[in-house]
Amino acid sequence: MAILTVENLSKKFSGEYVLRDISFSLNKSECLYIVGENGSGKTTLIKLLLGLIDATKGSIKFDGVKKNQIGYMPQQNAIQSDFPACVNEIVMSGFLNKTSLFSFYSKKHRQRAKEIMEKLHITDIERLSFRDLSGGQKQRVLLARALAAAEEILLLDEPMTALDPLASAEFYEILEQLKKDGVTLIIISHDVHCAVKYGDKIMHLGRDEVFFGKSEEYCHSSIGRKMLMEGHHHD
Amino acid sequence: MIDNVFSFFKYDFVINALIVGLLVSLCAAVLGVSLVLKRYSMIGDGLSHIGFGASAVALAVGIAPIYFSIPTVIVAAFLLLRLKSSGKIKGDAATALLSSSALAIGYTAIKLSGGVNIDINSYMFGSIYTVNKTDMIIAVCITVVVLLLYFCFYNKIFSVTFDEDFASATGIKAERYNTLLACLTAVTVVIGMRLMGALLMSALIIFPVMTASRVCKSYKAVMLSASIVSVVGFVAGLLFSLALNTSPGSSIVIVNLFIFVVFAVMGKALKK
Repeated sequence: MAILTVENLSKKFSGEYVLRDISFSLNKSECLYIVGENGSGKTTLIKLLLGLIDATKGSIKFDGVKKNQIGYMPQQNAIQSDFPACVNEIVMSGFLNKTSLFSFYSKKHRQRAKEIMEKLHITDIERLSFRDLSGGQKQRVLLARALAAAEEILLLDEPMTALDPLASAEFYEILEQLKKDGVTLIIISHDVHCAVKYGDKIMHLGRDEVFFGKSEEYCHSSIGRKMLMEGHHHD
Repeated sequence: MIDNVFSFFKYDFVINALIVGLLVSLCAAVLGVSLVLKRYSMIGDGLSHIGFGASAVALAVGIAPIYFSIPTVIVAAFLLLRLKSSGKIKGDAATALLSSSALAIGYTAIKLSGGVNIDINSYMFGSIYTVNKTDMIIAVCITVVVLLLYFCFYNKIFSVTFDEDFASATGIKAERYNTLLACLTAVTVVIGMRLMGALLMSALIIFPVMTASRVCKSYKAVMLSASIVSVVGFVAGLLFSLALNTSPGSSIVIVNLFIFVVFAVMGKALKK
């Protein structure tokens, strides 16, 4: 049964279509990879799904999922590189969609944060400052924050950017584990090879061409073949 | 000399300056943590210059400066935030343009109105003789608002400062917090400006958080240390200026610079 159904979704920015007639659906604990060149509307699609911006046309339906059950892991922004905040503070801020007006955390939140940090192996760096962490550690902290916010659906915007091969292998492993736990994942990625390896479904947003289907279908489609070939040339 | 310094505290205006200064340095430090970490430092600087321009124009036309400068600076704060987020005009260039224009307009207005008995120096570098009861009342109000706000919404303000996108995704209206911070900063800047001077007011916003983040590892620690550093720096600077008969603004900035260097060295040493 589909947990998410998107129909004919379009978004215009200053008169120009960034996304046009996008339709897809996703079942519980499936993993969707969104690929495509820069500026093809990947981040816009994520922001539409989160309700941060409104669609020009079309519909987004979540079945049995409330808004505060959708977690988001944005790309790291520039100010975070030297931000004095410790890991614990950042992870806890994920719970803000579950607090009352005054936003105090409860004991239950603290307990849950502990569990999440254990799962992502960041308990030992809990008191460290975010700016002193390695790239892989930073991403795990931001993933932990997203998990604190929600565990039904997670939207991740290029989580593997700036990770060395070892750190990104670790990160894929964590995502696999989450999938086994029943989390539905929507991931923006540049790495087409890993997308078809780890993803159940692929959404390719091209300038002229849009593809949505199972990973195997993508491998055999003309656009998929082209992308996978190109990837090889780069390697 | 020490007796000499303390003999100043029998004067009402010194007590007024002390109280207003303590409150303003506390507010400036707390607000500064958000502004500086979000890379909005230049807005604090721009606002004090605009505050000077507005006060000068008010004096020239004969209105009480504070009633004209507070609304003007609030409007300017809105504008500067808009510029920063729209991304169409370069925010830092726009801030610099507004600052220098405001200084120029203010200075010219005073000269044209023949304001010979207005002490420009005290406007630029601060003075303790100019703090009055109205300033004190506004300072108390703004401090209560700032502390209440930070107490109640501390976690949300942290989230908005650290990551606006994520904060919005968790249902926090980030825009509202930014606007509120800008307004509070505007009022703080106008009140603190007379004491600190238009050219030096922004130091009160920027120094404490920069100093604190040399050694602190968490946001909470930065918040607390910045407040303490700011208040200590203010008191030390004020005593210094009374003892040596220098302007309060510049003395306070020098003390802050000294504390910053000490913390920076400490921070480097701790890293090793």
